[in-house]
Amino acid sequence: MIEAKNIDFHYGDFHALKNISMTMESNTVTAFIGPSGCGKSTFLRLFNRMNDLIPGARLTGQCLVDGKDIYAKGVNVDELRKNVGMVFQKPNPFPKSIFENVAYGLRVNGVRDQAFIRRRVEESLVGAALWDEVKDKLKKSAYELSGGQQQRLCIARALAVSPSILLMDEPASALDPISTSKIEELIHSLKKDYTIVIVTHNMQQAARVSDKTGFFMLGELVEYNDTKKMFLNPEKVQTQNYITGRFG
Amino acid sequence: MPPPHPIPMKKLRKILERTIEGIFTVSGAVTTVTILLIVVFLFREGLGLFGSPAVEKGYLLCVNTANTTAHLDSRQIMDIFDYRTENWEQVGGPDEAIVPFRFEEVFDRYPEEAFGEDYELLPQRLGEVIASTPGIIAFIPDQYVPDGMPGVKILRSDRITPADFFGGRQWMPTATPAPQFGVLPLILGTLLVSFVAILIALPLGLGVAIYMSELAGERMRKILKPTIELLAGIPSVVYGFFGLVVLVPLIQKTFGLAVGETALAGSLILAIMALPTIITVAEDAMRGTPRAMREASLALGATHWQTIYRVVIPYAGSGISAAVVLGIGRAIGETMAVLMVTGNAAVMPRSLFEPVRTIPATIAAELGEAPAGGAHYQSLFMLGCILFIITMIISITAEMISKRQTNKGL
Amino acid sequence: MTGKRTNQRIAFWIFRILGLIVVGILFWILGFIVWHGAGVIDWKFLTTAPTDGMTGGGIFPAIVGTCCLIVGSMAVAFPLGVMSAIYTTEYAGNGKIVRFIRIMTNNLGSIPSIIFGLFGMALFVNALGFGDSIIAGSFTLGLLALPLVIRTTEEALRAVPDSYRTGSLALGATKLQTIRRVVLPTAFPNITTGLILAIGRVSGETAPILFTAAAYFLPKLPTSIYDQVMALPYHLYVIATSGTDLEATRPIAYGTALVLIVIVLAMNLLASFLRRHFGKKVKTN
Repeated sequence: MIEAKNIDFHYGDFHALKNISMTMESNTVTAFIGPSGCGKSTFLRLFNRMNDLIPGARLTGQCLVDGKDIYAKGVNVDELRKNVGMVFQKPNPFPKSIFENVAYGLRVNGVRDQAFIRRRVEESLVGAALWDEVKDKLKKSAYELSGGQQQRLCIARALAVSPSILLMDEPASALDPISTSKIEELIHSLKKDYTIVIVTHNMQQAARVSDKTGFFMLGELVEYNDTKKMFLNPEKVQTQNYITGRFG
Repeated sequence: MPPPHPIPMKKLRKILERTIEGIFTVSGAVTTVTILLIVVFLFREGLGLFGSPAVEKGYLLCVNTANTTAHLDSRQIMDIFDYRTENWEQVGGPDEAIVPFRFEEVFDRYPEEAFGEDYELLPQRLGEVIASTPGIIAFIPDQYVPDGMPGVKILRSDRITPADFFGGRQWMPTATPAPQFGVLPLILGTLLVSFVAILIALPLGLGVAIYMSELAGERMRKILKPTIELLAGIPSVVYGFFGLVVLVPLIQKTFGLAVGETALAGSLILAIMALPTIITVAEDAMRGTPRAMREASLALGATHWQTIYRVVIPYAGSGISAAVVLGIGRAIGETMAVLMVTGNAAVMPRSLFEPVRTIPATIAAELGEAPAGGAHYQSLFMLGCILFIITMIISITAEMISKRQTNKGL
Repeated sequence: MTGKRTNQRIAFWIFRILGLIVVGILFWILGFIVWHGAGVIDWKFLTTAPTDGMTGGGIFPAIVGTCCLIVGSMAVAFPLGVMSAIYTTEYAGNGKIVRFIRIMTNNLGSIPSIIFGLFGMALFVNALGFGDSIIAGSFTLGLLALPLVIRTTEEALRAVPDSYRTGSLALGATKLQTIRRVVLPTAFPNITTGLILAIGRVSGETAPILFTAAAYFLPKLPTSIYDQVMALPYHLYVIATSGTDLEATRPIAYGTALVLIVIVLAMNLLASFLRRHFGKKVKTN
């Protein structure tokens, strides 16, 4: 479970997130939608502290993952990121073999047991619905895979360190429709084991994969509701306008 | 409305433009032409070395007709006149003790009057000496050679071959009667000094490159960047001077050596001089690692340091290799600083704590006193050719490595 | 899992220390020479000739000689380099020829300076019969500086926005007019930066002038381009390594080294100042 309480976020002079509070339940898929620059990706990146890398960033409010404040003093950021996996907009495999890409997270977290690593790699690739396509070429470079396969490899890579939460930042935006539908199926099947938060600019995608949807605009959370209700009968006029394509 | 009158373009003007554009085109080739000229002049002078006689120019070697030795190479001639070879049997002749005879010794054998007014009898006297000494080998200027006299035979000396040059272990270009052009000690000296320099500079340079590209804040970068540019800008003769007055005495004292001018001093100074190249190229390569790559690694729970050595450094691998190669290139070609601190002993290098001599330092030290067109002069140009080929190989290798880098991206 | 954090802390401290070492080396070298050289330099040092077998007097002839070589070499490198860069950036397009020329320019830039010395001696001193002279040294140094001038000029020309060119061409200007009236004036400040960097490089070079121009000691200043000259870097080399009384010449060597460093560093600083100054100006346009 992820809870955000009164989050305000600035980069330099820019007020990127304005007083946002919301709760994302375990084993659900939550989608963030909104026009570009609305802060949805920034908000997503709070939960594994990727925003720490931005110079001049300032955060107030509280961010709780499984009840613990992840911005409290003494929190081990690497441990947090191990528990909160992330998949990025563009597939970003390392220039290593397929196997080493998936094993990377285990190795950096100090796993030395080769048999265990092999088992986890297989499980993760199976989990990411990629195993059958790559099981004969694990030693090949990850760059030989297609874009959609690369993205599923990145998902497998994130699964390998056994996170409980998966953050996905527009995971299908750089992919063709067939690869996209594979990723969407995958998200659906991963739901039973993981809490998933997905940022997307594609409203149909949000409608297809998510249980709950949050609509962001200009750094504010305009509406947060069950996906069905949101798309059929939104409470706010802005949501209505966005969904029906009147701006954004 | 009638169409506006077209502005006429003067014919002369057009010709002028074409001419100027032609000049631009020609000057586009200027670097290519320069390299070609360098190749032509270097190799024209340098290759002249092979085929010149092993004996010093203007001199011949004469022996007694009884001597069956067919010919001698430069090494054998030197050994004979240094009394290291003492019997003709050792060089393929009869069993006879060798009597090396330098031209001047003839003046000890005869009184002044015996040579005639204008030394016109000198060849005759020399002939007598040679004919009466079966084991003799005489080193005589061309114009006094007693050619055709009974008992005198002119010994054919070998020509200098590439094998003598590249395989020779002695560099004594001014030795008489047979100068030695063995380039091995110089090549090994160059390689030793350069590679040790890179061994020192590489960890330091890579460390600083990592620091600058990954860790340093804006303020620290603002100090480091110009510092490195300044290090690159200091003239090599100033580095040499600094090495001479600071490093050399320091090394001498620290290691308790007789002289501080050693290979180590050269390596240290070269290491400092190669640093800017290594740092700049490696830093550029590491900064080129895509942000997505770093984020992916961090998002998997890797620390920043793990990200650096597992993702950034492998990704920048070819850029880093290019940095190393260019650093070696810089070190191998460096002249003045090395000339001033390595002691310049042209011997096979045995340790870091002894003087050595590099190829560029040899050229710089000796070209001034080598008469133009002589074998010594030509041998120095041949050294230049070797250096040129080495640096071309290095620069092309670096080019190929960095091309691989640009092709690697997704 | 605290192990990896500790590793990181250790590694990062090592890198910080390495960074400090490099800064330290620079300050060590500079500090050492400034410390010993500053006391030597005065007006007399800069304006008189060496006396007493190089153990007294100043370095005036060497300064004059280095200035002659700077002017001469830039007279060779600047027009050639700029024209070559105009060809590659404005005319040659992006084909094989340009790539070849660029590789050749890079290669020329990586040739050690002693090779330029050999080449200059063979071509300018001997084959063309200039003898050891300012002109032979200038050509040698000019060719050495050529890649630097070409590279900086190319960068300067490429920084001129294409809209300037199309704007000018659209008004009916010919390509050459566009280059002369629009491209070159816009790029000029940055081209100057390259020229200054080249001067800095050339003024410190010793190996190329060893056998083409430099003399150990000359009682008179040069009167024509066929005269030999004294030069600062060569002077430093000579008085640091040979002479009858090394101890007595040491102060002069420190002074010479300092003058040399000041010239080179001043050129570098001037270049980076100009780059920043004009860089801003172009941006606000």
